[in-house]
Amino acid sequence: MRMMITIAWRNIWRNRVRSLVLILSIVMGIWAGAFIMSFYWGMSKQQVRDTIEQNISHLQMHHPAFKENYDVQYTLSSTSEIADKLDAQPQLKAWSGRVMTMAMAASANQSTGVTLYGIIPEQEDALTGLAGKVTEGNYFSGKKNEVLIGSKLAEQLKIDVRKKVICTFQDRDGEIVSVALRVCGIYQTRNARLEEGMLFMQQSDLAALLKTGDAVHEMAVLLNDETQVDTVVHALQTAFPAASVESWKELSPELRMMTESFNQYMFIIIGIILLALLFGIINTMLMAILERTRELGVLMAVGLTKRKVFLMIMLETMYIALIGGPVGLLLSWLTVQWTHHVGIDLSMYSKGLEEYGYASMVYPELGMASYGIILLMVVLAAFIASLFPAARALKLKPVEAIRKI
Amino acid sequence: MMANVVIDAHNLSKTYNEGPVPVHAVKHVHLHIEQGEFIALVGPSGSGKTTLLNMIGGLDAPTEGRVLIDGTDITAMKENKLIDFRLHHIGFVFQAYNLIPVLTAEENIDFIMLLQGAGKAERKARVQQLLKEVGLEGKEHSRPSELSGGQQQRVAVARALASKPKFVLADEPTANLDSATAGNLLDIMEKLNKEEGMTFVFSTHDPRVIQRAHRVVTLEDGEIVE
Repeated sequence: MRMMITIAWRNIWRNRVRSLVLILSIVMGIWAGAFIMSFYWGMSKQQVRDTIEQNISHLQMHHPAFKENYDVQYTLSSTSEIADKLDAQPQLKAWSGRVMTMAMAASANQSTGVTLYGIIPEQEDALTGLAGKVTEGNYFSGKKNEVLIGSKLAEQLKIDVRKKVICTFQDRDGEIVSVALRVCGIYQTRNARLEEGMLFMQQSDLAALLKTGDAVHEMAVLLNDETQVDTVVHALQTAFPAASVESWKELSPELRMMTESFNQYMFIIIGIILLALLFGIINTMLMAILERTRELGVLMAVGLTKRKVFLMIMLETMYIALIGGPVGLLLSWLTVQWTHHVGIDLSMYSKGLEEYGYASMVYPELGMASYGIILLMVVLAAFIASLFPAARALKLKPVEAIRKI
Repeated sequence: MMANVVIDAHNLSKTYNEGPVPVHAVKHVHLHIEQGEFIALVGPSGSGKTTLLNMIGGLDAPTEGRVLIDGTDITAMKENKLIDFRLHHIGFVFQAYNLIPVLTAEENIDFIMLLQGAGKAERKARVQQLLKEVGLEGKEHSRPSELSGGQQQRVAVARALASKPKFVLADEPTANLDSATAGNLLDIMEKLNKEEGMTFVFSTHDPRVIQRAHRVVTLEDGEIVE
């Protein structure tokens, strides 16, 4: 057996260039596959993180009927108890209670449908870092009926800081309320869709207009550890059976799908790359066998059983993969580590990306398990590829093989 | 007398049906070769000598007849068993040397014994002894590509002997060698024949070999003519 290993090993170095080209093709295949995956994963992960941290949070609580058509009468029934309970949760990072309503926002030029949020500024800032996103004006100065609007919306309504926006909505009794709000600041996020539709004002102001009292419509909660989401959702649901508690996966099914379908994408992409590699390996190894027909005949003539010939050819193919595989993975890992560190700037295309909620800087990353899966798939592909040349060698008849020059 | 017969080819025929007309390469050959013979199968190209040699060596199956090696019928053997039989009982020397190019001289010889499952010390001693016998001391670590044709063929002879076979089949062993080298190779084989009683069966049309053979069997159109 040791001799077989030696022979197989030396055989692959007989045609150094060919073996190196084959190894290089495996390296490049893995590298390309792993990098695409890490890029995609980094991008999705960031989008999930951004959406969670800046928008939907890890979980939200509502009155069960509220989300059907955002009817303002459906406030959370025990707002203060929920607040107490949340403050007592150790896994919690921040939470914010929001009063909210659908509204029509109008300037002198334009009008558009928006969601008006009544927030406690410090609470909301702790949860989504809203204050940090203000690019013009202030994050609430304490004056009555101030509003914070997104830059996209400001552009659309053609208004600026200190200008007024007229918001029209229904209060809890169904009466139409129309109020002039002064723009105290303009905020900017990476997600254009959010910016267009979200206006923020002080909770006390909005609650007074809606006549909802101290109750809120939405409790958004951010946890320290994402893996605790299901546990906390369960705990809150048990504590407040009258409320509807939903995790980000339920709040944003498309994000959930994106993360959960990652492995499938991964298998498909790597699978396609490996399929191409498979044929490359088979072709090259078949060539290597046909070149050595006579030698294989001699080996069989002098006493090498077919099983051993088969094993030898398989070993040769596996060697190629076992060199190319780890090298490719190492190269991928280094590339991913490096690009994860410095980031890839897509600002050239970022206008388009931001429309979809993607950030313009991408930080590729790939879990160790994914590297493991890639390695496993490479080994499997090499194994399958090695069967064909090895089977071909078995068909040789010593006498005929020796005669072949 | 009969106890000494190592090769008993009985009514051996080989017909190739590959073309439109069947080719009778070997026709009803009877051949007895005894222990310690130095025998040459001669005849023009296409006379069937290589085919006969291949059938004796278990590399090719006869269409008809049997080959008994030391009383064992190898024509009835399954392929893997036959490979194993060849490994333990028959040594081969080919016209084109056919050493394993990625193995050194020493490893080419060692390889056969490894396949036989011999111990390390035994193999090492035998490799040294064989290299000495074929006059290749100091070339242990040379690969075939670093050796001359004559040297390669001497390694091939050492390889053929490594398994301590009952006999050595040599298919035109001198065809690719110049006179001096061929003479040297024949000296070595003759010495091994004389001193160790090793049986050698050649197929050849090289007069240098025929001259030295103790017995010459001439084939013509697949039949033994004398």
